[in-house]
Amino acid sequence: MSFLNVSNVHHTYFSTEAATVALKDINLAINKGEFVSFIGPSGCGKTTLLSIIAGLFKPTSGSVQIENQDVHGNIDLSIGYMLQQDYLFPWKTIEENITIGLKLLKDDKKNYGNVASALLSDVGLPPVEKKYPMELSGGMRQRVALARTLAVDPKILLLDEPFSALDYQSKLKLEDLVSHKLKEYGKTAVLVTHDLGEAIAMSDRIFLFSARPGRLHQTFEVPNELRVLTPFEARAHSSYSTLFQKIWKELESLE
Amino acid sequence: MNNQKLHEQFLQSLRKEKRWVRFYQLLILIAFFGLWEMASRFSWIDPLIFSSPSKVTSLLIDNIADGSILVHISYTLFETVLGFIIGTLLGTILAAILWWSPFLSKVLDPYLVILNSMPKVALGPILIVAMGPGMGSIITMGAIISVIISTIVIYTSFRNVDANYLKVLQTFNATRSQMFKEAILPSSFPTIISTLKVNVGLSWVGVIVGEFLVSSKGLGYLIIYGFQVFNFNLVLMSLLIIAVFATIMYQLVELLEKRLIKNI
Repeated sequence: MSFLNVSNVHHTYFSTEAATVALKDINLAINKGEFVSFIGPSGCGKTTLLSIIAGLFKPTSGSVQIENQDVHGNIDLSIGYMLQQDYLFPWKTIEENITIGLKLLKDDKKNYGNVASALLSDVGLPPVEKKYPMELSGGMRQRVALARTLAVDPKILLLDEPFSALDYQSKLKLEDLVSHKLKEYGKTAVLVTHDLGEAIAMSDRIFLFSARPGRLHQTFEVPNELRVLTPFEARAHSSYSTLFQKIWKELESLE
Repeated sequence: MNNQKLHEQFLQSLRKEKRWVRFYQLLILIAFFGLWEMASRFSWIDPLIFSSPSKVTSLLIDNIADGSILVHISYTLFETVLGFIIGTLLGTILAAILWWSPFLSKVLDPYLVILNSMPKVALGPILIVAMGPGMGSIITMGAIISVIISTIVIYTSFRNVDANYLKVLQTFNATRSQMFKEAILPSSFPTIISTLKVNVGLSWVGVIVGEFLVSSKGLGYLIIYGFQVFNFNLVLMSLLIIAVFATIMYQLVELLEKRLIKNI
């Protein structure tokens, strides 16, 4: 039995003008510790699917289960969600930002200061816990957001284009960091991205979606020689460009 | 030339500019009172109606000496501060209720618009009859004039909080009240403070009009009394006192703003 099961998910958005089918017949399974990516043209519903997996709302029909438990309305299940921007609370210190998830989930007023400093050094940041988000650079803030996500020890990490707003150098560094941390903690992760290269460099498997309505078009296995490398090293490997060309052609055929 | 010297020059030019700003501000003040005094002395304006700074000052000194003005000032100040606090607090609470229930906010929307566009001071006579001609109805006037606009402005700010902040909290299974406390309210502090600034002026209007209608104490009463006995020295003195205290209140709100909003 897989770790995460998405079975027969359909989702329709309603507006006063129309009912739009965002997702149709989605079936997929992800194993524990696996890193997968969702790619596809815009409008293919990949972010919608990610929100459904996060349990933020219920699909129109179908189910999403993690370890045989429904994700929607399940308060025991902790999910880590990283967004395109860091969305750190500007009026909270870095320490308060990192520990907010812990405080909300455990619902206590305990001081998690040492947790925050441990996580900060874990994501490669100097001790900035008393600073405010506006004092840090974009790359540092996204690292803090990663620390906030890891703080609650989530069962699964959902990454909604978390590197797309960063400059190229920070992006490459953060890709390596995230990939390393997830492997270290043995976390399962789903990445939504526009960047095909990023998907190949980071994932074990890639799900390609087609648009209007969003369907799962094809699944690609990333060869083992790329998986063992860090994302940065993977980009330089010869199998990387082979796979890139292959998926690129598929993507082109969809548009 | 070295860098430090350049910086020193820059600071000096800043200080110089500031001195000139202060100079002109003072000049306007002196010119205003000077012209007023002269115009009154040489009867360019009717001294009976427009009084003069010297007459207002001597009246003020007399009234401070016999202690009567302090009673009026404290009376009005108390009503205004209380009306102002109640108005803003009630506005924030109502906004929170509307945010809590989107359905309720849809239902109440047209009524808020009606209440907002209605001139609240017109409710004065009804309030006085209902609550009695005392301090209670005047404080209510001070509050009621600002509560609806505060509600609307603060509610709008609640709704404009970036949904992604809520998404972050949602993934930590936050309840609606936790979301309110952690994201909605703190990110709306700047708006609440700017409502406070507007409400300083509004509650003075409410209280002064309330005192016009009913009171036997307070600065509004002094104005209406001075008007009735045609003592415009009294009217202008009260006006100047109001100007001073309204400014002080506004400055206090700005001070609060600086302490409260450090990082938004």
